Amino acid sequence: MALDKATVAQIAALARIRLSDAELEPLANELSQILDWVEQLNEVDTTGVAPMASAAATQLPMRDDAVTDGGCRDAILGNAPRAARGFFAVPKVVE
Amino acid sequence: MSDPALLALDLAGARDGLTRKLFSARELTSAYNDAVAEAKRLNAYITPTPERALAMADAADRRLARGEALPLDGIPVAVKDLYCTKGVLTTAGSHILDGFHPPYESTVTEKLWRAGAVMLGKANLDEFAMGSSNTTSWYGPVENPWHRPGDNRPLVPGGSSGGSAAAVAARAALAAIGTDTGGSIRQPASFCGIVGLKPTYGRCSRWGVVAYASSLDHPGPMGRTVRDVAILLRAMAGHDPRDSTSAPVPVPDFEAALGGDIAGLRVGIPREYRVDGMPDEIEVLWQQGVEWLRASGAAPVEISLPMTRYALPAYYIVALAEASSNLARYDGVRFGLRVAGDSLEEMYELTRAAGFGAEVRRRVLIGTYVLSAGYYDAYYLKAQRVRALIARDFARAFERVDCILTPTAPSAAFAIGEKSGDPIEMYLNDVFTVPANLAGVPAASVPAGLTGNGLPLGLQITGRAFDEETVLRVAEVLERAAQFRHLPAFVAGGGS
Repeated sequence: MALDKATVAQIAALARIRLSDAELEPLANELSQILDWVEQLNEVDTTGVAPMASAAATQLPMRDDAVTDGGCRDAILGNAPRAARGFFAVPKVVE
Repeated sequence: MSDPALLALDLAGARDGLTRKLFSARELTSAYNDAVAEAKRLNAYITPTPERALAMADAADRRLARGEALPLDGIPVAVKDLYCTKGVLTTAGSHILDGFHPPYESTVTEKLWRAGAVMLGKANLDEFAMGSSNTTSWYGPVENPWHRPGDNRPLVPGGSSGGSAAAVAARAALAAIGTDTGGSIRQPASFCGIVGLKPTYGRCSRWGVVAYASSLDHPGPMGRTVRDVAILLRAMAGHDPRDSTSAPVPVPDFEAALGGDIAGLRVGIPREYRVDGMPDEIEVLWQQGVEWLRASGAAPVEISLPMTRYALPAYYIVALAEASSNLARYDGVRFGLRVAGDSLEEMYELTRAAGFGAEVRRRVLIGTYVLSAGYYDAYYLKAQRVRALIARDFARAFERVDCILTPTAPSAAFAIGEKSGDPIEMYLNDVFTVPANLAGVPAASVPAGLTGNGLPLGLQITGRAFDEETVLRVAEVLERAAQFRHLPAFVAGGGS
């Protein structure tokens, strides 16, 4: 699968990573090479094989619907690049 | 005891010396704090924590004096900087986690401290554990303490747990913990001449470990000897309700499994592990390993793992898809780096562009692509189906054999910058280690010999799920046979 610059720009937008125009061409080449390489999987007949999402054999465990954590707002906000009045502060999102 | 003599002890030896009061935990930790400083040029640590280490050592000394010693009391360890440590800078080797001081402690490190271990510091790693040479860290590459004789070019320690491996090899840590998503414990263990174990998936909790690929990430121990790794694993393992994939199974006394007889044990030798371009000396060492096990009474059996060659491409789809999802949380809002933008969207994009290095960006982009509408089935589901076939290969093999012997990696340590910039060439480092991550089965690397130019090589033992005991027992037989006593060019304290 050869990716062009426009496709790479579109993936970057989905991934929320800003790329400069100069970065698109080399990345298109690198990503195309990697995708070409992984496409050897198409040689494998996987008819009737169920996808394996995890090696964990157990079913997801159930637990009580109870609060086990909390009351640590200040500790969490302590890592925030910007916080104000007990909230994370970000650029304005509503006009 | 002198510092060099203290640093020369392995974990089991140090535990013995502490119990017999030949030296104090404070003396041992002080020697290691000095060693961490002496080894600074290797860049194995991002954040040394010498004061905390001494305080932990003093607490261990008080317990030892009362005769209430814990299993790891006074044992100084390095922690890969992917484990969250409460109040201690945790970086994952990334710029995007600038200044992040977790308000909680990972389950595995919590268990180590409860067992009395001492934290020397946070060890360097590839950014978000993405790499096989520890050259992608925001904090710079780690240097392997081994050199080719007569050649001073710095070599890579392997990755991604490269700082952990280099620190243990250079005697700047008595042991270490790492994580292994596609070989990140075993390949650096091989490159640095130490022992590393990737346990069964679910054996050690992932809670509080910065996620790369959640279905493939495995916390595990690294040490000087198989016994040291067995001791450490026991303290790290166990069911954790906070990790839904943590296995509710009992934790055996792994150390007690050592020294047992392996007569009659069937050891699989998979023919598919002879890859193009693998140096002859690795093939020779592998054969030597077969002979060592045969001489101990084990029965080598040729087996086939036909899907082996598809493990790497399947891994790179599954791992990168999971990574793109896991790394979506780094947005500059709640912690870490923020690059200001005029809108929220722009802030996200600029923060992630500045915060992620080239390899992480590449992996997130591919992961995003293979999960995107129209490609999900062709790439992601296809890879998950191939993953099922790889797991089936192992399940079938383990009907006939008790464990599998292979090389750990297709090469020894290489020089920093010696490989081309081709990402696929770097990915091929993990060709022998990735299958065990996909299948979730335990595997250990043991130093078994040196290359013609004086660099360590490991052999890998892979076992059945939750049968680390057989893996460790066979690994110890290999260790005894190989008598690997070589030291790297640099060891703290000068070596003795």
